[in-house]
Amino acid sequence: MLSRTAEHLFWMARHIERAENMARMLDVTFRMRLLPASINQPIEPWAQPWAVPLITTGTASAYYALYKELNADNVLEFMVSNPENPSSIVNCLKHARENARTVRGSITSEMWESLNSTWMEYGNPGPEILETTRLGEYFEHVKQRSHMFRGVTVGTALRDESFFFTRLGTFLERADNTARILDVKYHILLPSPQDVGGAQDHYQWGSLLRSVSAFEAYRKIYRDTIHPRKVAELLILRRDMPRSLRHCATEIYSMLGRILGNTGHEALRKAGDLNARLEFGRIEDIFTSGLHEYLIDFLDRTGELGAGIHQEFFASTTLEMRLA
Amino acid sequence: MNAAVEAQSMAYDELHGADGTIHPAYRSYTEWLAEVPPEMLQQKRLEADLLFRRLGITFAVYGDESGVERAIPFDIIPRIISAKAWDTVGKGCIQRVKALNMFLHDIYHNQDIVKAGIIPEEQILSNPAYRPEMKGIDLPGNVYAHVAGVDVVKVSDEEFYVLEDNLRTPSGVSYMLENRRMMMRLFPDLFSKIQVAPVEHYSDMLLKSLQAVAPASRSSMPVAVLLTPGAFNSAYFEHAFLAQQMGIELVEGQDLFVKNAVVYMRTTEGPQRVDVIYRRLDDDFLDPLAFRSDSMLGVAGLLSAYKAGNVTLANAIGTGVADDKSTYVYVPEMIRFYLSEEPILSNVPTFRLSRPDDLCYVLANLPELVVKEVQGSGGYGMLVGPKSTEKEIEEFRKRILANPSNYIAQPTLALSTCPTLVEEGVAPRHVDLRPYVITGQEVSVVPGGLTRVALREGSLVVNSSQGGGTKDTWVLEADAC
Repeated sequence: MLSRTAEHLFWMARHIERAENMARMLDVTFRMRLLPASINQPIEPWAQPWAVPLITTGTASAYYALYKELNADNVLEFMVSNPENPSSIVNCLKHARENARTVRGSITSEMWESLNSTWMEYGNPGPEILETTRLGEYFEHVKQRSHMFRGVTVGTALRDESFFFTRLGTFLERADNTARILDVKYHILLPSPQDVGGAQDHYQWGSLLRSVSAFEAYRKIYRDTIHPRKVAELLILRRDMPRSLRHCATEIYSMLGRILGNTGHEALRKAGDLNARLEFGRIEDIFTSGLHEYLIDFLDRTGELGAGIHQEFFASTTLEMRLA
Repeated sequence: MNAAVEAQSMAYDELHGADGTIHPAYRSYTEWLAEVPPEMLQQKRLEADLLFRRLGITFAVYGDESGVERAIPFDIIPRIISAKAWDTVGKGCIQRVKALNMFLHDIYHNQDIVKAGIIPEEQILSNPAYRPEMKGIDLPGNVYAHVAGVDVVKVSDEEFYVLEDNLRTPSGVSYMLENRRMMMRLFPDLFSKIQVAPVEHYSDMLLKSLQAVAPASRSSMPVAVLLTPGAFNSAYFEHAFLAQQMGIELVEGQDLFVKNAVVYMRTTEGPQRVDVIYRRLDDDFLDPLAFRSDSMLGVAGLLSAYKAGNVTLANAIGTGVADDKSTYVYVPEMIRFYLSEEPILSNVPTFRLSRPDDLCYVLANLPELVVKEVQGSGGYGMLVGPKSTEKEIEEFRKRILANPSNYIAQPTLALSTCPTLVEEGVAPRHVDLRPYVITGQEVSVVPGGLTRVALREGSLVVNSSQGGGTKDTWVLEADAC
């Protein structure tokens, strides 16, 4: 398939997944605000509830370039609809749709229609969307549309390279997101790991689980109160948890393995390495060497993998050199 | 749009025909229409608009910074053409394109038509669309215009005139296909009542033709691609649509490169050789090394690969010389010269003022005629008799007399009208028709084509950029007796 087409498919999937992850993260932050102040008491001075989404997505400096004050309204505007923020939900929906439009001949018409209608209906929500009463509904819609896009993809796409590159984008973006959420939340909650069962812990760790649709899964698997180590295990090592690092790495490895041709050997090796670390990793070892260090290492590796995919499949210069 | 259609007084009414009764082709449809509540039609119109938007069947508006995309207005009332009338139009278009392809081959080789004294040499050599680079190059099957759009206007029950030929990169065929799909979705009952000739096989025909013109050495499993200027081109939807329908890659200039006079595309599996390029990019932008050096859209070295016979371009480079206004007047003679046949379709009657008889007639009838400079374009250097003052006419008369051979004249000719759904209900609006002729191993045309309609009352401007819309064009499988 055309390198440029593959790249558009990859970013189409990453952007719609990112829109969903933004909606998830903001949704739980927004809901937390409805709880009493005692629950929301920042443990660390930097960990103001509304700073967390900025820190997680690495957009704090971009934010402060545009806003003086840190408050709910500003952060929500910045992350939902500000056109200056490349990762705002509105921009993610727009980019997903633009990428899809460019390669609409390489995806099924259902996939295209799903992203096109999502953008038409939610891509220009207007300032009134930031009202408290409507925001939750908006996040819910964005999540549902992302679910719908994935469902339509799985349900209609031919299992060829278009599909593999699309799925590659989905899982690489998701792995990145889960690792970031876990890292930031863990930092905030770290000072009180012993407060098992405390109300604050319950809500804070609970909100983390909810942000990745893992609250019910946690209860089902562990039948226990919320315990940081088990949360980490669920979101890092459980293969059956669709937003865990392990699940994402396995999918990435499998998709890369199915892309044919004489390219991508190095990307495949990196993905295999990443997958093996998760497959044979133990949560005790991760905590011994430090969860934060572990997650930073993981993020570095997925970043490298993304760069490798770009280099081997998308960058045109290498292809021309190979012909010579 | 041809300026000869400026006036509308004598427009042919397709619904009522010449004698004022409902034309037989429209009988079944009007019976159906009489039964339908008006609000249902308006409802269907809204539904169509919504569907077109959701499907993203839109075009970008140039110069609009906000990147707004618009859907071309679609009229839900079909334009109906009898089997008999179509028989003439279809055969006439095929005949015309055959002759035009032979003409193109001739002028880039022996120039027999010049030697025979039918077309003056300077008519060809001084034409800016004539490409000296093409001289002596042999193309597979001697085909130049693989895809041609012949714009015609209906002037009586059975007669069509050709307004112009489009042999460069004619567009609009995706609307022909999507309009049919939309009509079948909106009015399935009508299609069981009225037998309409299908058009969906257009993309198969096109693919087959593209494969048939691959370089001879590459003819077993040729790789065809569609070259687009990119996602910001106003016709991008059509490019993506056709590539998808044919199952070929939609490429931009940056996806292709030339090495040792062979064209490759950059794929995830490495370079892949390309044999046929259905290009929707003008000649000037194709190769920055050969033509406009500032083109960011083309492929450096493409012309060298083309000249070496390693890749086929569809359409060929240099077809523009055959489709401009000054060449148009010679097409009937081309048909006689190359095919030894009489033209099936007429040109709009054209007077060449280099002929004394024609000059005499034209000077006596200036208020009724449209007079144009042979080399002029876009309405420059033109007299529209019925819309001009006496003074303007007299001034133009002097210009003609100074150099008669620089002018042609045509009667003012109106686009025919078809019933169209507008705010007030169903009313006549002016339409034209563009059938698409495909040339590969053989020459073929799908029944119908793209009908463009001027939605404003009295307007003759059918261009989508100026309030024009489109209609589905129904060619009847068989005429009722």
